[in-house]
Amino acid sequence: MRVTVRLFARLRDLAGAGELVREIPAGATVAAVWHALVSEYPAMAPYQASVSSAVNDDYSRMDRPVADGDEVAFLPPVSGGAA
Amino acid sequence: MAAITAAPLDPEALVRAVSEGGGHGAVVSFLGVVRGENLQRRVTHLEYEAHEPLAVRTLQRIRQEAGERWPAVRLAVHHRVGRLEVGETSVVIAAASAHRGDAFAVCRYAIERVKQIAPVWKHEFFEGGDVWIEGATANPDDEAARLDAVRRSCE
Repeated sequence: MRVTVRLFARLRDLAGAGELVREIPAGATVAAVWHALVSEYPAMAPYQASVSSAVNDDYSRMDRPVADGDEVAFLPPVSGGAA
Repeated sequence: MAAITAAPLDPEALVRAVSEGGGHGAVVSFLGVVRGENLQRRVTHLEYEAHEPLAVRTLQRIRQEAGERWPAVRLAVHHRVGRLEVGETSVVIAAASAHRGDAFAVCRYAIERVKQIAPVWKHEFFEGGDVWIEGATANPDDEAARLDAVRRSCE
């Protein structure tokens, strides 16, 4: 099946694109999509512990199964900042 | 009441929006402004990027969270994206309540939650380079982070 991967901020810079279309096996989870992405772009590996994800514009857990046509977004840590 | 926009922000419009209907004795607004210096770097400008639909939903979520704890408070949050110069306003929050205590608390709560979970990123350009500012892992279901925002808002 086919998913659209959206990348933001530094992850977008590392991939050189904000949107990628990728074929993934049926039943794959968000985490599987992430791991495939890291294989393709090893520089993203340090984000393993801090990345968040969203599916179809809703925050998602990494163990959520994705469906054909889903949009899966990976989000690096957000702006934060000293209070 | 919740928006992501590339246009310059209008704090007065948010104050008007939360004040509608009257009955509020206090309106508190907060403006986040681009600093000219960050971590001893001289900042030239910032570029804000957002996952826009998710960011709007997240701002709505923050309004809902605030409404659960402070039911009588009206809250508006607008965040800007795109290139911002030093001194420009990147985020505006307005909270209206019968009394000032709750209005201050909700305003503070909202900015803490924006910083924790809104999918908005800051690309800082400074003299000699540029860097993406990365703070917290965005996880709306992290209850400890949410309670930390409550604690800060009630200090």
